[in-house]
Amino acid sequence: MPFGSRSEHILRPARASTIAASFAVALLLNFLPWKDLRLVPDFVALVLTFWCVRQPRLVGLGVAWSVGLLVDAGNGVLLGQHALAYSVLAFLAIWLSRRILWFGPMLQATHVALMLVVAQSLVLLVRIAAGDHFPGWAVYTSPLAGAALWPLVSWLLVLPQRRLEREQSI
Amino acid sequence: MEHTPPPFFKRGPAPLVRLFFFASLSLALLVLDARFRYAEGLRSVLALAAYPLQRAATAPVDLLGAVGSYFSTQAQLFEENAALRAKNLALAQAAQRYETAEAEAAQLRRLIGAAEKLDVKATPAEILYAGRDPYSHKVFINLGAQQGVKPGSPVADEAGVVGQVTRVHPLVSEVTLVTDQDHAVPIQVVRNGLRAIAFGGGPSGMLELRFTAGNAEIQNGDRLVTSGIDGTYPAGLPVATVVRIERDAEHSFARVVCRPIAGVDRGRFVLVLSDEAARPSRPEEAQPGKERRSDKVRRARSKEKDA
Repeated sequence: MPFGSRSEHILRPARASTIAASFAVALLLNFLPWKDLRLVPDFVALVLTFWCVRQPRLVGLGVAWSVGLLVDAGNGVLLGQHALAYSVLAFLAIWLSRRILWFGPMLQATHVALMLVVAQSLVLLVRIAAGDHFPGWAVYTSPLAGAALWPLVSWLLVLPQRRLEREQSI
Repeated sequence: MEHTPPPFFKRGPAPLVRLFFFASLSLALLVLDARFRYAEGLRSVLALAAYPLQRAATAPVDLLGAVGSYFSTQAQLFEENAALRAKNLALAQAAQRYETAEAEAAQLRRLIGAAEKLDVKATPAEILYAGRDPYSHKVFINLGAQQGVKPGSPVADEAGVVGQVTRVHPLVSEVTLVTDQDHAVPIQVVRNGLRAIAFGGGPSGMLELRFTAGNAEIQNGDRLVTSGIDGTYPAGLPVATVVRIERDAEHSFARVVCRPIAGVDRGRFVLVLSDEAARPSRPEEAQPGKERRSDKVRRARSKEKDA
């Protein structure tokens, strides 16, 4: 990163296995038997946003679409609604990827909140078009909760790429 | 002269083009799935891929339950045992009464020449997880096509109707709960035999009787059971209790709100009922050709007898 950036470490390149494992853990968290699903953040969307921002050349729209299909099938909803939302989310994340990393954690989280709200609205639109009632504004708690988790998630996901201090001093 | 970027900068199609491609792919899938239900094969393959993760996600909950039961004290067990024994006694008595009533009813049914009702087979199943969709009321159970679950089978718990199997994957099946707004159960009021259809109330977690006349004889606290005339649910399973009736002179229909009796949103174990044999198949239309042939056979036989 050039001057002015806050990421002071030089990171190792991300491994494909790390990315796959992070998606698996996120899917696992999504499938946990939660009490009220409207309030639980969508971990898969969060992880997807992270990788699209950090590694736009490795994780893009294709990955987003496939993961979305998996989420749809796992939840037994109309096939394609999460695929659509995640594709748009990935597009937004890649588009903003140059910009987001210049900000501090709070402003980054604000950007992420906006993107997650757009994705959630798309799912909502598809549901309403398919003939469902509007479930109430409580559904927007989930993207906001997701954005609140962003600093933690990005810290955790960067960990495997950090070099040891000793390595850096060489 | 044309300037093309060197291969180093090539990144495939532009992001906007890709977005357009994937968005239209998703929309096409949505339409295919919602309107024509063509995507079921793809869905069951994907569900099979997600199955290990879903199973793993329920593991910590199971483990917590196991640890909790390990530390339950003897006093608790003793107390529970006593309560269960008392309940068992009461239930045994009820079962005896039920048995005699069943015998009596069978006899009466034979008397009036009605088809004898066969026993329904009940397979216990465990609820793996609820669908992550706050809009639809669905749960997934740990039985699938491999265990012989068929789409359309009713699902109940010890108190009453929970829902109906709507999709069967190889190892899991999806159960639509009675509170789902796309779900309907034909019911009957126990008190006076009035028939109606109970629809799911969606987010409220209640049931609603639609299209009941404004002057229908229905009261708060009425128990509703399945009427069994749809051929899906066996007759007599408890469904709901009426909690509120709104009669408005402006509308010709009354709005009847009922609370489900079964633990629709709680409990971990349910029964999948299968009653394929219970219902006689629809009588076939009489075919003139066939009848004539059997007539001929009969005539030929009678001739043989005469000879």
